[in-house]
Amino acid sequence: MDLSIFSLATQLAVLIVVLAALHQPLGKYLANTFTSHKHLAVESGLYKLSGVDPQADQHWKVYLRSLLAFSIVSIVVLFLGQLLQGILPFNQGLGAVDPWVAMNTAVSFVTNTNWQTYVPETTLGFGIQMMLLAVQNFLSAAVGLAVVVALIRGFTRAQTSNLGNFWVDLTRGTLRVLLPLAVIGAVVLMITGVIQNWGGTSIHTLVTGAQQTVPGGPVASQEAIKLLGTNGGGYFNANSAHPFENPTAFSSLFQVFLILVIPFSLPAMYGRMVGDKRQGYTVLTVMVAFWLASTTLMAWAIAAFNGNGTSVGEGFEQRLGVAPSALFATATTLTSTGAVNVAHDSLPPLAGGLAMLNMMLGEIAPGGVGSGLYGMLILAVVAVFIGGLMVGRTPEFLGKKIGAPQMKLVALYILVTPTLVLLGTAITVAIPSLAAAAPAEGPHGFSEILYAFTSAANNNGSAFGGITSAGPGLATMLALAMLIGRFLPIALVLALAGSLAKQRKIPATTGTLATHGPLFAVLLGGISLILTALTYFPALALGPAAEGLLK
Amino acid sequence: MNAYGRQLFTALRFLLCATLLLGLAYPVLIFGLGQVVAPAQANGSILTVGDKAAGSSLLAQPVTGTAYFFPRPSAVGWDPATSSATNLGPNQTALEEAIATNRAEVAAREKAAPGDVPIDAVTASGSGLDPDISPAYATLQVPRVAAANGLSEAAVRELVSQNTSTGVNAFLGQPSVNTTTLNAALTGVQKTATGLRE
Repeated sequence: MDLSIFSLATQLAVLIVVLAALHQPLGKYLANTFTSHKHLAVESGLYKLSGVDPQADQHWKVYLRSLLAFSIVSIVVLFLGQLLQGILPFNQGLGAVDPWVAMNTAVSFVTNTNWQTYVPETTLGFGIQMMLLAVQNFLSAAVGLAVVVALIRGFTRAQTSNLGNFWVDLTRGTLRVLLPLAVIGAVVLMITGVIQNWGGTSIHTLVTGAQQTVPGGPVASQEAIKLLGTNGGGYFNANSAHPFENPTAFSSLFQVFLILVIPFSLPAMYGRMVGDKRQGYTVLTVMVAFWLASTTLMAWAIAAFNGNGTSVGEGFEQRLGVAPSALFATATTLTSTGAVNVAHDSLPPLAGGLAMLNMMLGEIAPGGVGSGLYGMLILAVVAVFIGGLMVGRTPEFLGKKIGAPQMKLVALYILVTPTLVLLGTAITVAIPSLAAAAPAEGPHGFSEILYAFTSAANNNGSAFGGITSAGPGLATMLALAMLIGRFLPIALVLALAGSLAKQRKIPATTGTLATHGPLFAVLLGGISLILTALTYFPALALGPAAEGLLK
Repeated sequence: MNAYGRQLFTALRFLLCATLLLGLAYPVLIFGLGQVVAPAQANGSILTVGDKAAGSSLLAQPVTGTAYFFPRPSAVGWDPATSSATNLGPNQTALEEAIATNRAEVAAREKAAPGDVPIDAVTASGSGLDPDISPAYATLQVPRVAAANGLSEAAVRELVSQNTSTGVNAFLGQPSVNTTTLNAALTGVQKTATGLRE
């Protein structure tokens, strides 16, 4: 199969035009959503039923505690729900899920990772999929939104430690942003052929006389939020390669749009909330530059592949084609989505390595819903700090001093994910019984393990699918990577937000390093790249790079 | 109850309410919309041959014998009870062997030179359920299918072109031939051409 550059360029152009048209209106809507003082009737009802005081302005520690309480409860409910599947409704006759798998899955969906160590078709019925997993698809994405909104409030507020109300932010992100978009997305997906029925499975006699089982299920409703919330957990094992999840090349393009639309609109929200649209545009420019560069490299790595004299084919869908897969593989790993429409394990070595590099970049271009922007803002703080050192002034960002306490939090944030990825990979490689989970020989086996921990710690969820992670050892290690990779950075971001909110605002002077404009964009992009490259280059060299050079 | 306990209880209540809304009302709403806007698709794009439901036009169907067009290799034996890729790495020997075996098999079946077998004919799809093949692979199968059904090659080629993707999807992706709908169309022709098939 050959990559059509013309087709790829057209799809990129379509995405750029549509996203460019939408990011300001959607960003404005998002900003209004999180700054409005009015509660919708359904929201007030929800607050009343759950015993939330929506007027309470929470100290950053209370905000964090609410977030953690909600996540812990969600994990427990998901875990127990899977263990009790046999007696819960709509189970399709499927029984209790293996406890290690259930634990891994519960953590995975609550952390917005959606790593899937189970085969959905044979493990989970409608009930668990739509009432537990898809619900977390909404809520875990809304948690990400809440955190970035709280961080932005840290910049805009002064002399307070309060960051808003977690429950209100969670509710609004879900009901005002994700739900309406998901309804629209699901309808479009159904028109392209994605199923939404309660038919279970039905056996058909085919034209050839053979028999075949045709699956059913509430797929479109889950599919739309899987992409919009940058979750990525497929209703079916093959994820967006499955014809019932992603029937045509058009639906594939639409899915890429759904992945990107919220993350690319968040900079506009940020610009409005801090009262300076240029701040948003600068961040957006860096995101777009990375996205375009990475898509181009991915297309090149796939098009240039020549394994034993043949082009790519293994793991690709003929009905989707190569260009849509290059586009999808890039978007899904540059965000925290992890849905796939091509088997990443079978991608050419350098393309697979690029998918890893995209995640290692910290998923900031444009990144997951909420998590992408807060990741980028953390890097912006680093850029401000380094810029400040270069000009010899106390670094300031949006009128807030970036001092030692702030830099400690930021430095910790930056260390969390690489530590998890490299330590997890090293431990797995060192223990033969764990390493056996990746059966491929040579550097590819290493790549499978490195990919797994990169994906888990960055809350992506895509995989080199050859690895078996259902056993207690890997299921636990990956669950820990997902858990720590999600909540430790969130805690650090909220602590940073609290420390920023406490400061009074310093007026900008002529000597202040501007955090907008081309100069800062280059500094920000350069720092993102350098941090990633320095951290991960040795590991990448042992895996995909070695593999790509061997043949 | 201390602050932590209260938070957990609030969280549980919130999650239950959210589940009713997002886990029940939302999928039911989408189901309702689907039945209005796109009932055929929402119900699985089911193909009917005669009056009978005969699988989904979006899923590959297993083929044996010589009378039908073969879909691509599948890691799950074309059984939608599950779905998967082989997940073999690009340089793995297992993949090289699988491709070589498939190539020899297709070449023998179509009486073609191994070098003429297109890549999609020898590689498994990502889902294992991809119904589509390249126009080149369809062309390769035309002589065999035509002979087995007692049809002219031109007539079969006509059917192939009727089941080849066009328009937006062909442009965004690549031109592809849906073997499931193609084989169903072939069945229709076989019936009118009485006596040509035992």
